[in-house]
This record gives sequence, structure tokens and C-alpha cells, in this order.
Amino acid sequence: MSGKGEDRPTGGRGVACGPAKARRPGANGGPPDGGGPDTIYLDSAATSRPFVEVAEAVREIMERSYGNPSSRHTLGLGAAAAVRRSREILARVIGADPTEIVFTGGGSEANNLALKGVAWAHVRSGKHVVLSAVEHPSVIEAARWLESFLGFELSLVNPDRDGAVRPEAIEAAVRPDTVLVSLMHVNNEVGTVQPVGEVGRRLLGLKGTDGRRKGLPLFHVDAVQSLGRMAVDVRAMGADLLTVSGHKVHGPKGVGALYVARGVRLVPLVHGGGHEAGRRSGTENVPGIVGFGEALSGLLDHGPDEVGRRLSELKDLLLATVRARCAGVVVNGDGDTTAARPRSAPHILNLSFPGIPGEVLQHHLERSGVYVSTGSACSSHHRGRRSHVLQAMGLPEDVVDSAVRLSFSVLNTPAEAEEAGLRIAAAVEELSERGGRG
Amino acid sequence: MTSERVIAGMATSDGGGAGERFRSVYLDHAATTPVRREVAEAMAHYMLTDYGNASSVHSFGRRAAEATEEARARVADLMGARPEEVVFMSGGTEADNMSIRGSLAAYSDRGRHVVTTKIEHHAVLHTCEELEKEGLAEVTYLPVDRTATVDPDDVAKAIRPDTVLVSVMFANNEVGTIQPIMEIGRTCREKGVLFHTDAVQAFGAVPFSVDEMGIDLMSVSSHKLYGPKGVGALYVRKGRRIRPLIHGGGHERKRRAGTSNVPGVVGFGLAAELARKEMDDRVRRLTALRDRLIDGLLGRVEFSHLNGHPTRRLPNNVNVSFEFVEGESILLSLDKKGIAASSGSACTSGSLEPSHVLLAMGIPPEVAHGSVRMTLGTQNTDEDVDYVLEVLPGVIERLRAMSPLHAKAVAERAREAAGRPGERCESGPVTPGAR
Ligand SMILES: Cc1ncc(COP(=O)(O)O)c(C=O)c1O
Ligand SMILES: Cc1ncc(COP(=O)(O)O)c(C=O)c1O
Repeated sequence: MSGKGEDRPTGGRGVACGPAKARRPGANGGPPDGGGPDTIYLDSAATSRPFVEVAEAVREIMERSYGNPSSRHTLGLGAAAAVRRSREILARVIGADPTEIVFTGGGSEANNLALKGVAWAHVRSGKHVVLSAVEHPSVIEAARWLESFLGFELSLVNPDRDGAVRPEAIEAAVRPDTVLVSLMHVNNEVGTVQPVGEVGRRLLGLKGTDGRRKGLPLFHVDAVQSLGRMAVDVRAMGADLLTVSGHKVHGPKGVGALYVARGVRLVPLVHGGGHEAGRRSGTENVPGIVGFGEALSGLLDHGPDEVGRRLSELKDLLLATVRARCAGVVVNGDGDTTAARPRSAPHILNLSFPGIPGEVLQHHLERSGVYVSTGSACSSHHRGRRSHVLQAMGLPEDVVDSAVRLSFSVLNTPAEAEEAGLRIAAAVEELSERGGRG
Repeated sequence: MTSERVIAGMATSDGGGAGERFRSVYLDHAATTPVRREVAEAMAHYMLTDYGNASSVHSFGRRAAEATEEARARVADLMGARPEEVVFMSGGTEADNMSIRGSLAAYSDRGRHVVTTKIEHHAVLHTCEELEKEGLAEVTYLPVDRTATVDPDDVAKAIRPDTVLVSVMFANNEVGTIQPIMEIGRTCREKGVLFHTDAVQAFGAVPFSVDEMGIDLMSVSSHKLYGPKGVGALYVRKGRRIRPLIHGGGHERKRRAGTSNVPGVVGFGLAAELARKEMDDRVRRLTALRDRLIDGLLGRVEFSHLNGHPTRRLPNNVNVSFEFVEGESILLSLDKKGIAASSGSACTSGSLEPSHVLLAMGIPPEVAHGSVRMTLGTQNTDEDVDYVLEVLPGVIERLRAMSPLHAKAVAERAREAAGRPGERCESGPVTPGAR
């Protein structure tokens, strides 16, 4: 399995100050990008383009090795072996044992399984969960369901202004009846890295040692945004459960996984044929799982440090380009990726240009071929509703309303980052002159 | 580590060894189907070119969303439903879980009684058992007759004032029996209870009309109709309430959170469209192959019986019990000859217990153990059937050569033929595959 990013052209590094230059379509070695030749796709936190090798692996398995892994004939055994291989790859990436991986239909399902599965299994040991106020909706809404359906109490811990939750604040929220603490590794809107290792360590000291409280509270980490971009190590985090998703790491959509540490009890969300060691029934999404494994092994070739370094370079380059031209830009979260222990993920940059509504800037940029988002794709359905993340960070209204999220992947080039910075600066200048009305 | 044979040759092509005749014949389409070329191509486009998140507001997102809606309309078309009644899921199992759990939660004011059958897929049965354990449901499991058919009168009698839902599968995945869905649907309508049907096996195989059939909820799965794995749908009749299984973003009109599996859904939509267009042709071709395979086997192999209904069965399902042999041994021998078949359902991971379906039909355990399911697909040919008819009788004969019980039965039959009554009473399976 060859490296995915190696054969991509690096593009011209010269300072491109003029209007956007048309680039060669299909620069990623695949068919032309759906957005056309001028496209600079900076929305990989919403979803990332699958590697060409991933699409090929998916296709191969769908047309040729299409067996059901539960079948005991040759085709079935082949499919089962393919699933096993991906399970091993994912386990290796996150430092787990293959038996601790439960494949699901995506990150949202894995988050639901973590919260509801643990709550059901331990309902007689306590009815309290702790989570940060900036979690993904699939964590927050699953917790709300526990509240309304099972009578749980929730403690939502607010972050500081930079989006980070303080470990002391989490610890302080834990009670004798807490069954689960859920904290994301990287926030999907602002990219803030949460102190999951520190929280994991503190929780270790609070876990019950016997009876019904043995091992409680459990610690769940939503690592959907960090996987493949930063080191994700379940032991170093002290995580009992950890969520990942295929389509955020250049794998297919509709596949994800939940790491469940050995010995952790969980009631399944989906019952049936007893697949995934009884934790998630349903015929395995073999092509999806294989594509997920293929994507990870592509990223693995570089190692998270190398991927992270390349992504940080893109992010820093774009930010420097914008900053040099727009003095008023506000970086939401902690934009600094250079510190020894970065507080900010290498691939997400959240910027506000107060006075220019985020949607207006986003639409304007789209016309110049730059694809970004306002907040997360998931909340875009509730248009008009403000980002719960930025609000929880306590940011002023004009900053919240003008935020745009730029997110990078290894398929972006430095030339793209710089060019996008220029187009953003130009758009902001134009919109400011028009008084922000687009 | 998929077999070289699989990679080297498509399911029905001649392949393999110099000298020995060798074919690859895939006869496990009820477990899963290969994805059609044009379906795979459409999916590749939504992976490499239009790879956006359907929830994004920019054009990448809009194109993904449009493709999702087109697919929804296609799936709805094959159901005879309206697009807004189709909720995409990760597969048939999830759809079964949500239909039962979600409707019980939404109609908890009516009660918590569920009527289902003993021959449902485990996705339904285990969900019901779990709900009973959690104290959230009371469940009546209806029996079936020797052909695996549910009596609509039994359904009517089982419905109580606190019944919320009746769940009866459209067609059984093991023996292919098609249930009297119209009658059951009518009964449910009259009694004012919801009717769910697990149509995972029937969808794409026979024509559908959810309105005529009185269906309120229906589970379907893409990988059974030449679409991709990991995608399915739940039909929810307009006006019927249902609670989600997975909470989060507002996807699928708040009924199923999670980033839309755009390529998967697109593939499912196209597969449904192809099934609709080719329906008549598929039904005709498969039924002919099915009947030739059944007649050929029952004619060539003594002590063999057709399981399921002789006529009211899926066009592609052949399920035959061979007395005095283990289904597992038959499958192994067949696999060595390039024939992929199954015993019972592949959907139950690695289980070696006799099928709950055959047992519910009243088939003795020792005979149930000797059952083989062969499910045909659109790529199968007359030559494939010839090949199975050539190989299988020999396999059975070899395996039976080791069985003392078989020798005894043969001797008895010989005595009977000679006019002398045997000492052995009728204990085996009875109706010798009457068709
Ligand atoms: C932090 C985070 N968690 C969970 C999810 C949900 O994953 P999926 O889209 O696979 O359902 C997402 C993305 O949508 C995310 O960014
Ligand atoms: C009748 C029936 N219901 C449900 C399922 C489950 O569907 P899926 O494999 O998509 O989870 C299957 C097959 O596995 C089936 O045959």
C-alpha cells in the first residue's frame, strides 16, 4: 500500500499575488475534482476526499470479493479476512487490540453506542454523565436522550475562551454516581485540542474499585477529528471508549468504529445476528471497512507526526497570508500549532472577520472556488442558529456571526493554502467595501 | 487473502485447473449479492469527484444532497412510496431495530404489545427479546405451518387492545416463503395497529406496493439487491410517528443522525432503479432456473425434501434437506467444487445450531441439519444449474456412503418396494417435496 500524498504535485511555491491561477484538474491523481479546475477544497473537517487507492479497494471488493463475512464458503472467508485486516490496522493506529474494535455505520452511531450503551449497562450504578459543552451534536443529543428517556442528569462543562476545557473543571463535575465522562479530542469547529490525557489520568484516580462502581466512571473520547492527523493512543489517553469515523480520514462515508476497552460492559444499540462480537449486529459494511483500513494505512505510511507537520504548514501559511492583508482577522480557538504541546489541531482554522457574516463570506469564496464552511456541517441544517461551540466559548456576537472554518487535508498543497489566503483577503476586502452585504 | 479464484474469475465464468472441469458458481445471493458494474461506477464518482458532505451548504454539499434525494426517489419508486417516507440507514438490521424500538417509543400511550413470528430474522427476534428483557415490550411469537406460512387469522387473534405493532417478514431468508402480506396488512388496518414488514429478502425480487399491502413500516437492505453493503432504508408511512435510534445532527429529517453515506445511498438508488426496470425479466429467469434446480435435485437424489412453500416462495430460493448428511459437510464439498451455498442463514455469525426457522416449521432437528440453501442471482445461467445438478448428487452419495442410517433406510425402502412392510415407522420428514 503506497503513500497517498507522495505523488501529488507540490505546485508552484512562488508568491502568487494576482488573481487565482487555474490549476491542473485532477491534481490528486484521480478524476477531476467536482468543483472544477479552480477548486480549493478547505472543508475536510466536514468530509475528506477518499484516496484514489481507497476508491479502488472499495470497488474491487464490491465487484469481485463480495462475500458475506458470515458465510463459510471461500468468498465469505475472503470477506472476513479483509475485515480482519482493517480491524488490525485500526487497532494498531490507536494502540488497541483488534478485539477491542467495534465497526459501526459512522462516528455518530459510535458516539450513540458509547453513551447509550454504557448508560444502559450501568443504569443501576448511577445516572449521571459529564461532558463538555462543545461536544459534537451526536454526543450531546445522545446525552439529552439519556436525560429524557432514562432520567439521567447531565453536567455540561464550559470551555475557556480558547475552546479548551480545564481538567479541574471536569474533575469537579464528577460525582459518586457518574457513570461516564465524554470529552472530544479535537473540536470539529475550532480545532481546539482538549486535554484528554490529563483528564484520563485524573479519572483513573476517581474510578471505583469494587462492587457496582468498579471501573466507573468510564471515559469516552470522540477522536473523529484527530485520527490520522495527530497521535491517537487509547492507553496514553486512559480512554475506555473512543470514537473514529472513516470519511474524515480519506476513507468512505458510512463507516466508523468504537474502541471498547476489554472488560467494559456495553448494551448494543443494534441487535440481531450477533456481529462484532455481539456489540453491533448487521452484515458488515465490508467495502466501507476495507476502504477505512486502506485510508489509514495510507496515512500510516507518513505517520501522524509527518501528516501533522504538513497540515500545520498549510494552516500557518494560510493564516500568515491572511494576517498580512487583513489586520482585523480574529483567530477563534488557539491558532498556535507551533508550541511544544499544541493546543490546536493542525488541520482546522476558525477565523472571524467581524462585520462580515460567515455565510456571506462563505458564498463569496465559493464563487472564487474556495470551499469552506461556517461551523460544522451538522449544524448547518439549523440555519440561523448560532454555533453552540463559539457561544460556549463566550465569544462576542459579531465574532460568532462572522466565523468561517477552514480545514485542510494532505491532499491540499502549500500553493493552494497560499492562494486560498489571497482569495480570502480579496473577498474580505471586497465585502468590507460593500458593507458586508455580499 | 481472498481466494485467487475469486479474484481471477467472475462468479459464473469457467476458471481454474487444466484438465478438471471447474466452475465458480455463486449460489448465496440471499446472504449477499455482487455489486453491479454501473452501480460501482456511480459510487466511484461520489467518492472521487463529488465527494462533498450532503449537509454542507456549498455546491459540493448540494450536489451530494441532490444525489441523495434522487436515490431516495428511486428507492421510494420501487416501494411504491413517496420519497419523504424513506429513511436511509446503515442496513436492514438497523432498520428492523428502529422500526420496532422507534414505534414502541413513539406510541407508548397505546401500550407495549408486539405480535411477531417465530421465523423472523434475528434482527427482529433479538430486538424483541431485548425489549422484553428491558421491560419495554410484551411479545407474542406466532407459529408457522409446515411451509413456513403464518396464518392471518392467528395474527388477528393475537392482537390485543394494547398491541402497538405487528411485525411479520415479507419473505423468509432461509426457505423463501412469501407471507400473506395483503391479508395481514388488512387485518392490522382494521384493528388499528401498525404493520411492519421485514422485506430485506423480497425487496427488488418481487413487485411492491406499500399502499396496497397496507404496510406502515418496512425494512430493506441494499446489499441484497446488487447494491453496496452498509446501506438500507426504513419506510415510514406518512403520518406514522417514529423515534430515532441514533441522535445527533438533523440528518434524514431528524430520524437518523450521521453524515449521509452518499456513495452508498447512490449505489442503493441505482440498484433499486435497475431492479425496477428488470423486474419482470429477473422474476421469469430466476423462477425458471429455480424450478429446474429443485426438480433436478429432488429427481436425482432420494431422501431429499424441498423446504418452504412449493409456489409461494422467492423466485431465487432453493432450500432442500438431504437426509442422513450434515449440511456443513455438503457445503464444504461444494465449496471445493467452486459452488458457494449456505446452510440456513449467513446472517447469524458462525452459528452451528439448527435453524430456528426449520425447527419452527416442524422439521426434525436431524433433517434440519441436512439442509442446504441455494439462492440464485441475475448472473447465474442454465450452465450453472447443470453444473450443480452434476456435482451435488455425487457429493451426497459420497457423504451418505459413510452413514449407517442411510444404509438402513435404503434397505427398508428396498423391502417396501418388494412388498414387505418395514419395521421402521414414519419418523422422517414427510411431504417428499410435493410440488
Ligand atoms: C467531532 C465529531 N464527532 C462525530 C462526528 C460524526 O461522525 P459521522 O459523520 O461519521 O457520523 C463528526 C463529524 O460529523 C465530528 O466532527
Ligand atoms: C430477512 C432479513 N432481515 C434482515 C437482514 C439484515 O440485513 P442487513 O444484512 O442489511 O443488516 C437480513 C440479512 O442479513 C435478512 O435476510
